[in-house]
Amino acid sequence: MLSKFGLVLAGLVASPVFAESSAKASQYQLNMTKGVTDISADVYDLHMLMFKICVAIAVVVFGVMFWAMWFHRKSKGAKPAHFHESVKVEIAWTVIPFIILIFMAIPAAKTLIAMEDASEPDLTIIVTGSQWKWHYKYMDDGVEYYSKMATQQDEIHGKLEKGENYLLEVDRPLVIPINKKVRFLITSDDVIHAWWVPDFAVKQDANPGFINDAWANAKEPGIYRGQCAELCGKDHGFMPIVVIAKEQADYDKWITEQKDILAKAKEEEQRLLAMNMTMDEAMATGEKVYLANCAACHMPNGQGLPGVFPALKGSQIATKDQPKHIDVLLNGVAGTAMQAYAKQLSMTDIAAVVTYERNAWGNNTGDLVQAKDINSAINGK
Amino acid sequence: MTTTTSEHQHDDHSHDDGHHEHHIPKGIKRWLYTTNHKDIGTLYLWFAFIMFLIGGAMAMVIRAELFQPGLQIVDPNFFNQMTTVHGLIMVFGAVMPAFTGLANWLVPMMIGAPDMALPRMNNWSFWILPFAFLILLSSLFMEGGGPAFGWTFYAPLSTTYSNDTTALFVFSVHIMGASSIMGAINVIVTIFNMRAPGMTWMKMPLFVWTWLITAFLLIAVMPVLAGAVTMVLTDKFFGTSFFDAAGGGDPVMFQHIFWFFGHPEVYIMILPAFGIISQIVPTFSRKPLFGYASMVYATTSIALLSFIVWAHHMFTTGMPVAAEMFFMLATMLISVPTGVKVFNWVATMWRGSISYEVPMLFALAFIVLFTIGGLSGLMLAIVPVDFQYHDTYFVVAHFHYVLVTGAIFSIMAAVYYWLPKWTGKMFDITLAKWHFWCSLVSVNVLFFPMHFVGLAGMPRRIPDYALQFADFNKWISLGGFAFGLSQLIFLALLIKACRKKGEPVSAQVWEGAEGLEWEIPSPAPYHTFETPPVVK
Repeated sequence: MLSKFGLVLAGLVASPVFAESSAKASQYQLNMTKGVTDISADVYDLHMLMFKICVAIAVVVFGVMFWAMWFHRKSKGAKPAHFHESVKVEIAWTVIPFIILIFMAIPAAKTLIAMEDASEPDLTIIVTGSQWKWHYKYMDDGVEYYSKMATQQDEIHGKLEKGENYLLEVDRPLVIPINKKVRFLITSDDVIHAWWVPDFAVKQDANPGFINDAWANAKEPGIYRGQCAELCGKDHGFMPIVVIAKEQADYDKWITEQKDILAKAKEEEQRLLAMNMTMDEAMATGEKVYLANCAACHMPNGQGLPGVFPALKGSQIATKDQPKHIDVLLNGVAGTAMQAYAKQLSMTDIAAVVTYERNAWGNNTGDLVQAKDINSAINGK
Repeated sequence: MTTTTSEHQHDDHSHDDGHHEHHIPKGIKRWLYTTNHKDIGTLYLWFAFIMFLIGGAMAMVIRAELFQPGLQIVDPNFFNQMTTVHGLIMVFGAVMPAFTGLANWLVPMMIGAPDMALPRMNNWSFWILPFAFLILLSSLFMEGGGPAFGWTFYAPLSTTYSNDTTALFVFSVHIMGASSIMGAINVIVTIFNMRAPGMTWMKMPLFVWTWLITAFLLIAVMPVLAGAVTMVLTDKFFGTSFFDAAGGGDPVMFQHIFWFFGHPEVYIMILPAFGIISQIVPTFSRKPLFGYASMVYATTSIALLSFIVWAHHMFTTGMPVAAEMFFMLATMLISVPTGVKVFNWVATMWRGSISYEVPMLFALAFIVLFTIGGLSGLMLAIVPVDFQYHDTYFVVAHFHYVLVTGAIFSIMAAVYYWLPKWTGKMFDITLAKWHFWCSLVSVNVLFFPMHFVGLAGMPRRIPDYALQFADFNKWISLGGFAFGLSQLIFLALLIKACRKKGEPVSAQVWEGAEGLEWEIPSPAPYHTFETPPVVK
């Protein structure tokens, strides 16, 4: 028990030191981050205040208890007293904690009211969780994209050395400007997720069919990492969040680039519609798309998880009914975990992945699907 | 946690009780057909201990996977099944049945009643439990595996996105609920109707008081849990939309319903512990409990307040500020009566004549470690900081401090305290001390660093973690393995105790022990208080 006490005190003493070193903190980081927003600093201060009050209470209560344990021992010849009631004492130790609670509640209420005021934002971003990735949509600029974990499966399975930001890296981070009130409208496409960035002290559940809001005003440029904080199924642990805060000018430049990329992708899509892939090209692209989007549930070997996620290898849909196969990819399957990919992937990618699924793992149908087939499926021809 | 084998009882009671003894079947039938509160108490306690070992084995799987970053031993889907079933088993299979077992053994002996009021229902409420857990555990071996959505089974992860064995989960929770409700009714009816003459309300031992209040909590909230699992069942299989926004439902409503059960459930698992500690501390301090009446009032206020704090589990779901404020203040308020209890125990020890027998060691560890869990609970009540704590290992640390070093340590304290009364022999004190010290050290290596990784940002319920959490997780896992192994010492001790090894003990057993159960012989005869004692 004494050693535990030492640990608590060590935590108390060491905490300011550790709070300074932000993202790349010590292996033995003991305390909460101070973060980079006014709110997160308030939250940190509140946390330390509560912690100190709790330690003080513990020191007093355990102090009295250990005193009694040591000095009122039978082995030291202690004779028991007979008192067993005192209304005055009972009132005192009801009222005093109550007063302490009031002193805790006042700053807590102040911070709460400040952090829940998401009004008059400078910028609004819709954050949508789905199994197991995040989608960001900038309401004012129309820029939108999915953000997925970038850590490779081989790192997770110990075949490759784990990188510095293992499990906390994504392919396309969220980018926000500093010193702007950024409002996040948070929702979900399937189960409940929670969007959490510790440096902003923002953690908000993403509820399917409902929209929550949260906001942050980052004071310093930097890379801030977080994770999904609500159990959301198999790959809950592999759903990181990365936010890059930039100076306004850099942010503007980035937004312009993104708009260009979106426009180019549309052109490219049109161009590819007119083109035909060879089987080899389709299989190569399809495998890449499959591993990035489908393998989490249907498994890299196409065998799924029996009873949870269906196998594609030898399945009726993936070997026979091609229109149904394309329909499932485009629109998902209602009432199951199968998502709609029409808006997530390009037509070429969908064509390639359908081709891949119909020919990999011994499915060997020989079917080659082209982007224009997907286009006509979308347009109902 | 012992078998009162019948030979002993035969010897002691063949003169006056021979008629009864004639009807006790031997072997398996004795246990299947028994309506004796002591037998049923023993069954409950052994069942709870077996479940504790099974749930503990699952915790070992979890800690083995989390020993280092990366996926080594299990896949994420199985990991989720382990965290889910570990939680369900420990809550419904270990802690709750253990308390029911203690109530069965002790409530009649403490109030001077010959048995529980409804002995046949008592048999029934126990014997449906093994089936409930067989159903739950068997689902782990079926296609798709067992429940993987967390013991809190939040919709829609448990509805649209779960597998078909969810039906088995629902059915087994229904059976557990029915068992708990029957057990609770039995406790209430017994205490209301079967107290010995002179055993007035304010003379009842605190263990009886806390269990009475717990029983009311059980009757109030177990039907709510049954409702929640039924709605999950119909949402999943029969096309209803209680928790599906697309059909006009609301997934957050699930959480309100679940936690309306779930928060009183927390007190169901801790109020009897308060009762146990209130029995043990006075005995080994050789001084009456300080503030008996205030203990009764504090327990009652905790129970009442437990109905208006449920949404503190849900601060990040997007509640209005006013609701967050209300639930924060109500939650903070609970710490007042809880504090009163701790202060009363310390005041009981103050100027006592304290000795450190094994039950007292566990009780003292309880007071310190439960208080640490209580204080982190107070921190968690503060909404703005809860946004950082919520769903991290800080929460995992908090509820394991109150449930393992709280509820489970109190159960162990209780077993050591009353075991000599049950068997008539003193348990192996050396083994018991080994069990205590190994458990105490390892449990803190296990759970204390969880505060740190939680504050540093490690979410709960993840099978793999970022590299900065690796060092602490190694320590946590080592602590976990050591704590798991320490419980095997307990197993050895219990087996030895049940084989009636050890020094015979007196009726009072412990020097400072007071109460009706210490006035009957040790071991407690098969039938006690057939003629009610008169309490002065």
